[in-house]
Amino acid sequence: MPEIEFKGQKYIVDEDGFLQEPEKWSPELAEHMAKIYEGIDKLTDEHWKVINFLRDYFKKYGIAPPIRILCKTTGFSLQKIYELFPSGPANGACKVAGLPKPTGCV
Amino acid sequence: MRLDFSNPGKKWKLYASLLSDQKELGLPFPREWTHENFKLPPNWREIFLKNMESVLKKYRSVRLFMDLCVHCGACADKCPFFLATRDPHNMPVARQDLFRSVYKKFFDASGKLLGTTAGAVKDLDEKVVDDWYTYFYQCSECRRCGVFCPYGIDTAEITIAAREVLLSIGLSTKSTTQSINKCEFIGNHLGIPPAAMANSLEFMEEELREEGWDVEIPLNKKGAEILFVTPSADYFGDPHWYTMKGYVKLFHVLDLDYTLSTYASEGGNFGLFLSYEHMKKINAKIYKEAKRLGVKWILGGECGHMYRVVHNFMGSIHEEPPDFLEEPVSPITGTKFKNAVSTKMVHICEFTADLIKHGKLKLDPSKNDQYVVTYHDSCNPARAMGLIEEPRYILRHVCNHYVELDPSVNRERTICCTAGGGLLTDECLELRYQAIKPKIDAIKRSGANFLALICAIDKAAFPTYMRHYKLPIRVGGVHELVGNALVPP
Repeated sequence: MPEIEFKGQKYIVDEDGFLQEPEKWSPELAEHMAKIYEGIDKLTDEHWKVINFLRDYFKKYGIAPPIRILCKTTGFSLQKIYELFPSGPANGACKVAGLPKPTGCV
Repeated sequence: MRLDFSNPGKKWKLYASLLSDQKELGLPFPREWTHENFKLPPNWREIFLKNMESVLKKYRSVRLFMDLCVHCGACADKCPFFLATRDPHNMPVARQDLFRSVYKKFFDASGKLLGTTAGAVKDLDEKVVDDWYTYFYQCSECRRCGVFCPYGIDTAEITIAAREVLLSIGLSTKSTTQSINKCEFIGNHLGIPPAAMANSLEFMEEELREEGWDVEIPLNKKGAEILFVTPSADYFGDPHWYTMKGYVKLFHVLDLDYTLSTYASEGGNFGLFLSYEHMKKINAKIYKEAKRLGVKWILGGECGHMYRVVHNFMGSIHEEPPDFLEEPVSPITGTKFKNAVSTKMVHICEFTADLIKHGKLKLDPSKNDQYVVTYHDSCNPARAMGLIEEPRYILRHVCNHYVELDPSVNRERTICCTAGGGLLTDECLELRYQAIKPKIDAIKRSGANFLALICAIDKAAFPTYMRHYKLPIRVGGVHELVGNALVPP
């Protein structure tokens, strides 16, 4: 499996860049992943609102939140989520938040 | 003369299954392997041929298809993946020939006798395996080629058989086995645990209440008349969510005695992309739950592969028919769904079209006046069950502006979303962007700004294509539009 290097530490990711060792996730790593995968220079409060909600929901339910719940809770439209994370809620936001890649028909 | 068979399709090999999924699903020879090194077991040829023999014996259609083809080429330019890659191996006839050449060599007299002259493969080596893995996973099992074949050869069945043989030597793809693993152990392809599903539905109830709909969504209700099964993406994804709201609003105005289930929380069947065994397992879950809950019959949501399995495979993969269920009868109109006598499962579009036909729904189509709607025939409902008129009948009643797509890619000739059959995965996204082009062009030409369809994979794939091609066209289910047009009770 591929690896990314950050501050001298190696992190295993899958072919699409999703973190394979979720326990190693940290806000600094998220900043780094946002840069290399999404081309985001600096994560803003709006980014963090999305990331924190994704992580909280995942901790509680064992899965990322449905898109509608994500949008309504953060107050961002799907369009806005795409503006924040160009690759979208799954390939962008979930990846930066250290969540696994969604499977099935989404 | 030797033809130059360069292989642009080779770029699009799907990722190998994760070791953890292989192990948890009990797949043969679990191991970490790569496209460059399959790490096949030492006696793989033996296993490969033994499985091929068993498939040919069990599924007589496959053997018949092997012998029938006259290489007329009618199918060649009908496959979206051939049109996209121009890779000769992606012509349905050539894709089949990957299987057929091994068949000729080992199972057919002409090939045994005449060898390559009769179309037999020279040798069964890893190159053959590599070709099989590449091209049988560049088939979305959409069966468009079969519509044009004078013999009706179904390439999808050959693809299914080939993937079964590949699995016997431990080759499978990541996105498919991941989804199957979640479906078999958590309940659905997305891996939504029961508590999360309940939370999602409660959230939907709340949202509907805010919109003036006091809807309750029953979950795991024993003794309900109908079990409603739909793809898990319907209560998770966007735009699936709005279709789900359409269903529950419809059931609410009908006061229907139904239930959803956390055990049968998946309509889709990714098992179809891997093997008969897993296809059977995932399909059986629905019926087990129907028995446990004591329902009379099953209503299915907007799903594609569920119906392919239910209509074309269920009769042969299960030992016993689901006789514990009753012949489906609409409690509102009294219509007997005779087409569902053996499967006991009715498609939501059959159900809704019947309601409209009997004047049982109060509809205000002007609620969809902002849309010029067109319809994409999702390949499995259209070609596997002939569900072509019902969705159109519904659409004509729930919206005022409806247009058809070009006949060359419409109805049974539909070009699928190119993401079915295990191809809804990002490593082949560029390939899909190309393959979907003829359909996108037709949609563009139709002048529509709403693309209606009835499959969860379509709902996932098309919005991505619309973003890629920068088309301001909304994608959504037929029942999203039904939901919009319903007049509250």
